[in-house]
Amino acid sequence: MPDPTITLEIFRYHPEQNETPSFRRYEIPYREDWVVLDAINYIKDHIDGTLAYRWSCRMGVCGSCGMMINGTPRLSCAAFLREYYPNPVRVEPLANFPVERDLVIALDDFMHKLREVNPWLIRAHEQPLSDGEYRQTPDEVAAYKQYSMCINCMLCYAACPVYALEPRFLGPAAIALAQRYNLDSRDQGRSQREAVLSSEDGIWDCTLVGECTVACPEHVDPAGAIQRAKLASTIDWYKRVLMPWGGR
Amino acid sequence: MTGPYRRPVPSTWWLHNRAYFLFMLRELTSVFIAAYLILLLILLYRLNAGRGAYESYLRFLGAPGMVTFHVIALAAALFHTVTWFNLTPKVLVVRVGARRVPAPIIAGVNYAAWIVFSALVAWIVLRG
Amino acid sequence: MAGTREPFWWSLFAAGGAVAALLAPVQIALTGIVIARGWAGQSFTYDRALALVSHPLSRLYLFVLISLPLFHWAHRFRFTLIDLGLKWSRALVAGVCYGAAVAGTILAALVLIRF
Repeated sequence: MPDPTITLEIFRYHPEQNETPSFRRYEIPYREDWVVLDAINYIKDHIDGTLAYRWSCRMGVCGSCGMMINGTPRLSCAAFLREYYPNPVRVEPLANFPVERDLVIALDDFMHKLREVNPWLIRAHEQPLSDGEYRQTPDEVAAYKQYSMCINCMLCYAACPVYALEPRFLGPAAIALAQRYNLDSRDQGRSQREAVLSSEDGIWDCTLVGECTVACPEHVDPAGAIQRAKLASTIDWYKRVLMPWGGR
Repeated sequence: MTGPYRRPVPSTWWLHNRAYFLFMLRELTSVFIAAYLILLLILLYRLNAGRGAYESYLRFLGAPGMVTFHVIALAAALFHTVTWFNLTPKVLVVRVGARRVPAPIIAGVNYAAWIVFSALVAWIVLRG
Repeated sequence: MAGTREPFWWSLFAAGGAVAALLAPVQIALTGIVIARGWAGQSFTYDRALALVSHPLSRLYLFVLISLPLFHWAHRFRFTLIDLGLKWSRALVAGVCYGAAVAGTILAALVLIRF
């Protein structure tokens, strides 16, 4: 009996050769313990060295190997071939991002958005080093810990139809990251983030499709983070309108 | 050399994926609920206009087509209720110390309130 | 003043969604099916209905029941139109949808105040 094989259909785009992308089929050995990334590495090493893609850790930590696998955004290092075998596996670059080459997407927009939410501790007055660290209780850590697990893999952007339709939308990971700092007891920068969060292309664009949370490999629940941000912003808005003397 | 390739988004994007399709259904339940509320408002208007107007409107509502609409609207409203309650824990996060109150408990409170409100309204309207 | 009015519309959407989730099924089943098919017997004759609806609490209930879910519809429909590829300006879509909900609210108030 011949060794089993599996077919991968891979999105190819080489702008200097062809202005339109196409799919190329590769038949490779099927190994039960291989993930899609292993299969792509096999193709790169043995069949077609021109295939371009990003990867680093191959253990679900670095967040660089996100791809559309049979239409679903996945980390290719966490998607086993056996989930698809004997059917072919269709691999495309992450949806909703411009494609640089083959499976490599342009990251610029996402990097810009991450910076926009000021994702660091903001203090009204920095306390001097001699006063020691900013301490937190376990409860205070629990308040934001989930949102700090993001590995910036961008699967949530690929899952989000709002981002597909409106690329200016700030998007799930950036908003979850803003919430991660807003909910941190050491942080005092919420009002600074609010201008971006509550802008026209911030939280109010979200229609709670919820697929960002389904796609997230780290269980960050960006959809939940966005809804909580909406509730907090709304409470602030009513405070400002009903109690303008309140000052905050 | 051409730049990065941008894949087009067809306006039928919500038909390509089960989750997106259910999302679109969820959003469109609001259309059926709003249409029902307009019919209810007309019922109230006719009730105010007098016995004849009210009774003829009730006959109109009793026609098979209108009852069919209401059966569909009821299904839409139930879908809205279930999706709304199940998403409520995403917005309302209650913490007891370091622990977050589990989502099924928050949703469960909603369902309990729903049963109580529905029974109360039905009792007030139908007690005769 | 706040730069965006989105929190205001979102709060009406959220309140309307909650009201619809709690009350729309029972209301539709009652007036659209049970009463419309005549299964309610004598409980919803003209005199009984008029007496029930004329009570101030009933009218307040009906106002909330009609108005808030209309804003819930307006908010969702506004984004659905954009999702389906409508190319109008976003401000115009919002104006038409929320305007319809405001009009429905005014009509509901006018009808209910006359009982």
